[in-house]
Parts: sequence; C-alpha cells; structure tokens
Amino acid sequence: MPDAPGLELIAQEIDSVRSGTVLGTYHEHGQACLIVDPDAVLEALRWLRDTPGQEYRFLASLHGVDYLPAEPRFGVVYELLNMDRVERLRVRAALADPGGEALPEIDSAVELFPTADFQEREVYDFFGIAFRGHPDLRRILMPETYVGWPHRRDFPVGGEPVIFTYNEREVPRWFE
Amino acid sequence: MRQLRARDLLRGDLEGEELEEHVGEAVLTTRFDKLQAWGRSNSIFPLTFGLACCAIEMMSIVSPRYDIARFGAENLRASPRQADLIILSGRVSIKMAPVVRRIYDQMLEPKWAISMGACSSSGGMFANYAVVQGADKFMPCDIHVPGCPPRPEALIYGFNKLQRLIQGNPDPGWRRRYNAEGTEEWARDESTGAPSAEALEAYAAARRSLG
Repeated sequence: MPDAPGLELIAQEIDSVRSGTVLGTYHEHGQACLIVDPDAVLEALRWLRDTPGQEYRFLASLHGVDYLPAEPRFGVVYELLNMDRVERLRVRAALADPGGEALPEIDSAVELFPTADFQEREVYDFFGIAFRGHPDLRRILMPETYVGWPHRRDFPVGGEPVIFTYNEREVPRWFE
Repeated sequence: MRQLRARDLLRGDLEGEELEEHVGEAVLTTRFDKLQAWGRSNSIFPLTFGLACCAIEMMSIVSPRYDIARFGAENLRASPRQADLIILSGRVSIKMAPVVRRIYDQMLEPKWAISMGACSSSGGMFANYAVVQGADKFMPCDIHVPGCPPRPEALIYGFNKLQRLIQGNPDPGWRRRYNAEGTEEWARDESTGAPSAEALEAYAAARRSLG
C-alpha cells in the first residue's frame, strides 16, 4: 500500500483535478485511507482506477458503517486493490443523516466496478443508504417486504426477552 | 419342545390342552391401529434437510457410531414427498421460514417434526431481527430437543420419544417428575373423584370440534 507520503501525494493529485474532493487522509496500522467528499466520490474512484501509476482496478469490498452518535453519521467505505503491486487503499465517504424517512444518498459505483452491484444492495438493505444510479436497488438479504434498516445502531435488537433471575421482575410475569 | 410342538401343529396332530397352550404362546393379538402405529414408528423416513450447525450433529446420527438404523430411520429421503419426519436442525431465519413451511406442507400425512437445538425451539442466542424466535410460530413441532447443539445421542433420545408418541404412549416427562398428572382441580368432583359435569361438557365440546 502507499506509505504516508505516497498517500499525501495521491491526495494532492486528486485535489488538483477537482479541489475539495479529498477532505482528509490518515495512515495507521499500515493502512492508508482517503476521506473524500461524498459528492465527488466517483471522480476520486475513477481517478484511482484509470490514472497510470495508480491503477487500483479491483474493488475488494464496499461496505457501510453507522457511526452514531458521531456526525456525519453514516460512512460508505471502498476498499481498493491494485493486484500488480498488491497495494490496498481505502476510500471513505461520510454521509449525514437527512432525518425523518429520507435516506442518505451517494452516487453508485456500479459503472466503475460492476462488483459494487450486490454490495451496494447489501449496504442499502442494512443501512438504508440509497445509491443514485444503481441499476436495481432493492433488498438483497432481508425479505423484500421487510420494513426498517436493521444494522443502524438505533434499530432495536429485537427478539424476545429471556427471563433470567436478574430480570424476572421486569419482564412480563409469564409464570403467574 | 417348542419346535416339536410346531411340527405337530403343522401335521395337524396337536390338539386339546397342548394346542391351547401353543396358540397362547405363539399368537399375539392386538388392535390394527396399534399395529399400524408400531409399524409407522419403526420405519420413519427422515428428510435430508439441514439448516445450520445442528445439521452436522444430525448427519452423524446415521453414521455407524450412533446408527439410527437401530430404530429403523436410516433411510433419509431427499424429497419431502417421501419423508415422514422433518428435523429442524438449526436457526430458522425469517426469510427461510416460508421455505421450511412449504417443505413441511409438501410432506404427506402422517408426518412429524422435531425441533432440534435451542435456536429452532426458541431462537436461542439469536435474539435479533433476522431469526424466528421459535419454529412453533409457523409450524407444529412434536418434539423439542434442547442443546446447543444437542449431541447425536440427545437427538436419538428425542427420536425415541417421538416413536413412543407415535405409538400413542407419549412420555409424560416433566409432568411426572413434578407430580403434575391429573391434578386439574376444576375437572374433578370433590366427593366422588370422578370427572365433574363441567369437565365432561368441555371434553364433549372438544371432541365435537375435532370432528
């Protein structure tokens, strides 16, 4: 993976193409990460994929994160891989919660990396992040009739209470 | 002695006291439904069907070490149309529940279901959005085998209980242990100890509703 100065060079070059794209960088635990503007994430990914000398052509993973109570709340993380040099680079976009029923939105990366199709559906399924321009954005793992975004941190855990000695006074007194 | 008697019987020489004795020893009388239940319980065809990690334990009951062939159930069928018994071996996710229910509905009568392990009986450790909290919510289960996962011996024990259930002689289990058989106070007349009029009425109504 790029070392810390290499990461800064990448950040500067992306910023020189479109200023304000890269909001920050960090390099820790041997992992390099670019924090980018969610509106410009496609430009950054395209630059990383197509620029000679970079050529991160493989999207190893795309996943969502809920950082509640941090603000902005959601994150979409792209793990890129250059298979020739075996270099990994993480691109992260932070998304604010629009509040209410509205979903946070970000551009779909399917046109750049076809593998993003199912992974974006999974992020949509569990976190309720809408991907603009996705060809077929619907639930992939949960039943299609399911209501709610189960991996958000404010989603109730669910299930049924189990009666132990410490909580038998609180849960319904089924034995009476 | 017995062989000699049998030879005499075939010749037609056996008669009188000896014939009575021989018939008493060699012939067993029973009701047809009992015979049928005995046959059914000893030739159960389980469905080849696994849901999760309990399925590993379920698979091993057909192995030589545990050998469910001793109880006549070694023939696992790959089609629900040919199976008598479905073993829910693992957690049932809410997306899988309609599939399991459909497979159960495709099985032909008479059919039975064993809920194996904590997850399929109660949701187990998966108290979350994705797992059905107990398979009884969408299909009837005859036997629940506790454990996480149950050992194959435990599953075979549950299977033996199912056999006794099919033969119309279910184990009272914990009811006997806690002296809880025939203890319904409202159902007995105080003075005579016989079933009360209300109880007889309720039983009659229940029987009518069963048809």
